Amino acid sequence: MRGEGRVRTCIGEADDCYVSSSRAQRGDLPDALWKGIAVGLTLLAMTQNALLKAIVEDKKMGVKRRDFFKIAGVTALSALTATKAVSAFAFGPSGHGGETVSKDNAVRWAMVIDTRKCGKGAQCKNCPSLRACHEAHNVPDIPNKKHEVKWIWQDSYDHAFPTQTHALIKDELKTRPVMLLCNHCDNPPCVRVCPTKATFKREQDGLVMMDQHRCIGCRYCMSGCPYGARSFNWVEPKPHIKKINRAYPVRTLGVVEKCTFCAERLAKNQGPICVEACPEKAIVFGNLNDPKSEVRKILSVSDSVRRKPHLGTSPEVYYIM
Amino acid sequence: MLEKALVGNKKYWMFVFFLLVIIGLGFLTYLCQLSQGLGITGMSRDVSWGLYIAQFTFLVGVAASAVMVVLPYYLHDYKAFGKLTVLGEFLAIASVIMCMLFIFVDMGQPFRAFNMILHPTPGSVMFWDMVSLGGYLLLNMLIGWTCLEAERKSVPPPKWIKPFIYLSIPWAVSIHTVTAFLYCGIGGRSFWFTAIMAPRFLSSAFSAGPALLIIFALIIRRISHFKPGYEPIQKLAQIVTYAICINVFFVLLEIFTVFYSAIPEHMHHFKYLFVGLHGHTGLVPWMWASTVLCLFAIVLLVNPKTRKKEHLLVIACVAVFIGTWIDKGMGLVVTGFIPNPFDTVTEYMPTYREVLIALGVYGIGALIITVLYKIVLAIRDREIAN
Ligand code: SF4
Ligand code: SF4
Repeated sequence: MRGEGRVRTCIGEADDCYVSSSRAQRGDLPDALWKGIAVGLTLLAMTQNALLKAIVEDKKMGVKRRDFFKIAGVTALSALTATKAVSAFAFGPSGHGGETVSKDNAVRWAMVIDTRKCGKGAQCKNCPSLRACHEAHNVPDIPNKKHEVKWIWQDSYDHAFPTQTHALIKDELKTRPVMLLCNHCDNPPCVRVCPTKATFKREQDGLVMMDQHRCIGCRYCMSGCPYGARSFNWVEPKPHIKKINRAYPVRTLGVVEKCTFCAERLAKNQGPICVEACPEKAIVFGNLNDPKSEVRKILSVSDSVRRKPHLGTSPEVYYIM
Repeated sequence: MLEKALVGNKKYWMFVFFLLVIIGLGFLTYLCQLSQGLGITGMSRDVSWGLYIAQFTFLVGVAASAVMVVLPYYLHDYKAFGKLTVLGEFLAIASVIMCMLFIFVDMGQPFRAFNMILHPTPGSVMFWDMVSLGGYLLLNMLIGWTCLEAERKSVPPPKWIKPFIYLSIPWAVSIHTVTAFLYCGIGGRSFWFTAIMAPRFLSSAFSAGPALLIIFALIIRRISHFKPGYEPIQKLAQIVTYAICINVFFVLLEIFTVFYSAIPEHMHHFKYLFVGLHGHTGLVPWMWASTVLCLFAIVLLVNPKTRKKEHLLVIACVAVFIGTWIDKGMGLVVTGFIPNPFDTVTEYMPTYREVLIALGVYGIGALIITVLYKIVLAIRDREIAN
């Protein structure tokens, strides 16, 4: 499995020690530089346009040969810089969620959730996947709804797909539970807005990760995420964890957290724990870039949707309806 | 020059003491927030920004509005504003410092604030907001101080300061534009996702800021020998009039677009603001109060007869200030989160501790203004005495 050994998990007593990836993988600086240059170029393009206008106005009486070249040169240059600037600013894929699978990395983890199977089993009342995830990752169980922390949870169809519902949908669909979690978007707005790169997209496999040592708790990412996938530690989490899993870090006050697609398990060639724990086999996980993978097979034969595809975030959690 | 802030009459010291008490209360409450976490505020998983960020947004506008006295004076040579520019610049200094403090108290891990500099991220608008606010603070400190120093020595300000003054004009516009980008660049929050956000920010800023300056000028006239004249105040009143009219116009543009297109995602937020959504009406009375205040102010301001009477003008200015404050300091930020991404409503109400911390920050701002204005007035008093 690619991506192995690139994730470090701290084990033991450390309070807020957490999964973090090697920084070099992320192209920290080049990315920063490019965005910076983009802004510079935009300004440059503006100045050039102004310059161009000035030249034209100056020479209204008749453009001389030399000036013509001046104008042509400036025009070409501004066009060039403007295109560059625009492409550096355009973060997302084009189209309305119909973009093709990204090809630039060998692995692109994705999840397919079969909502038809979900909630049908005998054990489903107290969803084993949900419990397994929250127990494994020391997710606190906070009674006050406002301070809730959750990585994966169930909600109704209406709430999961608020723009794709109507008054007359069949009752079965209306009451069907839908598993919600971070979509590990291919074009994640949470990553775009974070001022410290504490949340970042792992180049090698597309996972959207959190570095809880770096997060300043500004919660810009929570505003940015259109899926409500992120939780903030409003209160000290530790007292609300029933049984602390020593193999996984506990978060500290004042940082943001969310599902990681079980990066710590992927590093050991295991799939996410929710997949393993689901008795109905409703969740499938795999590499979207591998045409022979199970996720690709399922997607090629079933009716699948994603949440809010019109926002261009390109979510990597697919739902079979 | 700072020593001038250390001499004052009993009233001055009583006011300073009063501010210190408010700051102290805010600080103690902040310590409590530091140890117990942001859970002591009214914010939640669904409404993850609240009073603090809203005050930040509002005050960026007040800071930017200094440009409304600087620009006419330096670009149009409007002499009557000469004595007011330094008041505008010092108001900007206090506002920017309050903005920074509001961001700071909103952070879950404030001691890591420097991560924004250690790991600069130009793709994040918050990074640019930090750059523009920091730059604006430095510019205004430099300009305000240099010009005041020159005034104390009764010489014209040095030539080298001119380029900085010219730079501060577009810079003022930039701070509020970048702050608008914080919101309107987020596609998933349809309330904020509108290109008119930056113009709206600027128009409300250019009405609230000068309105505040008028109020300050009238207070100064009462308590010191420096008497800001009738003419510059009337000019400021005109600026407030235009800006508040444009602001209301922009709001109407937004309302037309949202309700004529009738896209539910966009309408829901406005419904929450003005009539309530799914039975939740927390902000409705506030927003109507804001609307009434702004319209009332427009009536007073547009009519020259009322605008020219200073006691009515001051009422209009207070109405403008409170009206725009409710709109930005309460409505704008919170409504972006209501309804939440699941189309359900979690309402937000600040807790009293959150309010105390916010008041503490305002106290710091008020103290900075008091001290800076005291210095200005002391210098002018001496000029007048000579
Ligand atoms: S679902 Fe939200 S948190 Fe997860 S990657 Fe997408 S935007 Fe980020
Ligand atoms: S809360 Fe943390 S992860 Fe989220 S945007 Fe701020 S620094 Fe980044």
